[in-house]
Amino acid sequence: MLNEAISFKFKSSNESLRTAMKKVVIDPVTRIEGHAKISIYLDDAGQVTDARFHVTEFRGFEKFCEGRPLWEMPGITARICGICPVSHLLASAKAGDRILSVTVPPAAAKLRRLMNLGQIIQSHALSFFHLSAPDFLLGMDSDPQSRNLFGLIAAEPELARGGIRLRQFGQEVIEILGGRKIHPSWAVPGGVRAPLSEEGRDRIQKRIPEVRTTILKALERFKQLLQDYEKEAQTFGNFPTLFMGLVTDEGWWEYYDGCIRFVDSGGNIIADRLDPTRYQEFIGEAVEPWSYLKFPYYRPLGYLTQSDRSRLDSGIYRVGPLARLNVCTHIGTPLADKELKEFRDLGGATVLSSFFYHYARLIEILASIERIEMLLNDPELFSDRLRANADINQLEGVGVSEAPRGTLFHHYRVDENGLIQKVNLIIATGQNNLAMNRTVAQIARHFIQGSDIPEGMLNRVEAGIRAFDPCLSCSTHAAGQMPLHIQLIGVDGNIINEVWRVQQ
Amino acid sequence: MSVKTLTVNDRFISAREEETILEAAKDAGIHIPTLCYLEGVSEVGACRLCLVEIAGSNKLQPACVTKVVEGMEVSTNTPRLQQYRRTIVEMLFAEGNHICSVCVANGNCELQDLAIETGMTHVRLEYHFPDRQVDVSHDRFGIDRNRCILCTRCVRVCDEIEGAHTWDMAGRGTNSYVITDLDRPWGTSSTCTSCGKCVNACPTGALFYRGVSVGEMKRDRAKLDFLMTAREKKQWNV
Repeated sequence: MLNEAISFKFKSSNESLRTAMKKVVIDPVTRIEGHAKISIYLDDAGQVTDARFHVTEFRGFEKFCEGRPLWEMPGITARICGICPVSHLLASAKAGDRILSVTVPPAAAKLRRLMNLGQIIQSHALSFFHLSAPDFLLGMDSDPQSRNLFGLIAAEPELARGGIRLRQFGQEVIEILGGRKIHPSWAVPGGVRAPLSEEGRDRIQKRIPEVRTTILKALERFKQLLQDYEKEAQTFGNFPTLFMGLVTDEGWWEYYDGCIRFVDSGGNIIADRLDPTRYQEFIGEAVEPWSYLKFPYYRPLGYLTQSDRSRLDSGIYRVGPLARLNVCTHIGTPLADKELKEFRDLGGATVLSSFFYHYARLIEILASIERIEMLLNDPELFSDRLRANADINQLEGVGVSEAPRGTLFHHYRVDENGLIQKVNLIIATGQNNLAMNRTVAQIARHFIQGSDIPEGMLNRVEAGIRAFDPCLSCSTHAAGQMPLHIQLIGVDGNIINEVWRVQQ
Repeated sequence: MSVKTLTVNDRFISAREEETILEAAKDAGIHIPTLCYLEGVSEVGACRLCLVEIAGSNKLQPACVTKVVEGMEVSTNTPRLQQYRRTIVEMLFAEGNHICSVCVANGNCELQDLAIETGMTHVRLEYHFPDRQVDVSHDRFGIDRNRCILCTRCVRVCDEIEGAHTWDMAGRGTNSYVITDLDRPWGTSSTCTSCGKCVNACPTGALFYRGVSVGEMKRDRAKLDFLMTAREKKQWNV
């Protein structure tokens, strides 16, 4: 196993000899969802020439779903991820709605929204409190032995407990609606399977004051920390790109329906009211041989190749919490709008640093809590008309929804009986792929000098990736350590420097 | 009608002469696992899950088709039987493509229940991953042969209760599969009455109502028994 890994590294190192002299490999990247590694290429002077974020796992969902009945797709695709099953469930059900050519009953649409809000809260809370907070609150250079959730519980018990309970609240919303926390097969083409009970509504309502207090406290705490992390804020993926997300017809924050909007780094709307189901007209997908993750780009501006990295007007765009806050005019709830105003003071019209994904995540948790509170007062929520019945009426359908990590597209083609012929999924993390690669290079350039590899630097490179909260599959590495292996490889293939961190 | 007495798991029980070991045990509250057996239709003894040990014979006998005999000593749950049953269930899993987590019958499946009952924590055999067909051409039902265990319950209910004989078998051995009419798409069948008895009879997620999603397939087996009882006792001819 080890030999294989090393020989693979030699091979890729040789490939890159034409342009680079040495390579740093971080494999695997820790405290993210899924499996990935990072390669940093250095020249003779120890300066970073390039960096790559490789997604090393292969899933194959688009292929093995072929031949399945359409109605099973929400249940199957929800299994893509144990963190954001609801996102896939909803995008899949929405693609199914299109193929059945039905309008979902209003109560079902509202219940789907409610579940998506629960999903956003639980996933954002996981990303912030479980995965990333150890970096901010214990320090980027703190002892890696305790730089994890357990270290956080020891150092800041109240905040850690609040974060865990916040995630549990989001999970509870999902469970009350779908009958289970993970992989509920509840949303179906045409609507949803089960209603919300009044008892369930009361259970959610009762917890709102507690979770609202938790998130407001966390926001306060994070804002105090910002000045300590000025350097990170400047170097963690701080560059101009486009931002994409769903907005309502009025241009407000949206998470389930609506139209696509693109804004540029100056805050100008460059495309608006795009029909998300016609995504192929404005999103292209590029493929690179060194990663299983595709590289989507904004089609009118084209794909950014290696040679023209410095071009500013390329199709690189970001999605997710930061993008959603950058594309909307308002959120539409009082507390979150107040926070949004403060957030925007950081960067003018558009906040560019990916470090602020964390900040945006906290604001979105607050917005979701407020939205849940508003939704629960809607009497229509308890209607028993929840599922439109229809059969195959169109052979193609696209379902689009906002997942915690960004806009998610499910595109299906079926035969006349309803068996899947073709599946195309565009996952949020894929759309951030170009930006994540550039982020790694930016951090490495700033923090690596020469052949010395300080542990804190490695953690910063990983933290740069963590800011995007990439979801590479259903696995999480929330606690403890993953084995980490970094090699500096010279021109002749000799290992110049090597650092091991063995799994405990 | 004479009465026979026998022991099942060292318990004395009595049974009517024409009863099978399975029926006699059931009347006495003794559970024997079954899969191809379905109340209301004929027995075929195909799945071999109801095999029992009979004292004096080294050969295991299927309880669903073996008649009771005076003085018979039957054991239904010996370590040997437990091992065989678990192996049979493992073979069924390895032979088809059974993925419970995304199956329409998840939580309502007799094969799944048996895997739990026999303590199947994993499958020791190599999976075959056969290439099997899904047919959703019928406007009310669908069949996913990946989940079919060839119990032939659908064939028997269709033939014996509905009288349509739409279902039958094609092929041999592990390449066998159930067919509608002469292996035509179900939706084009001229014999199918769309009664849905086969769907109610299916022990797994192979037969399902069109449009059901994961874990949503629930069946009403009592309907089949109700129909047969009503027919045999002529309850409609008052």
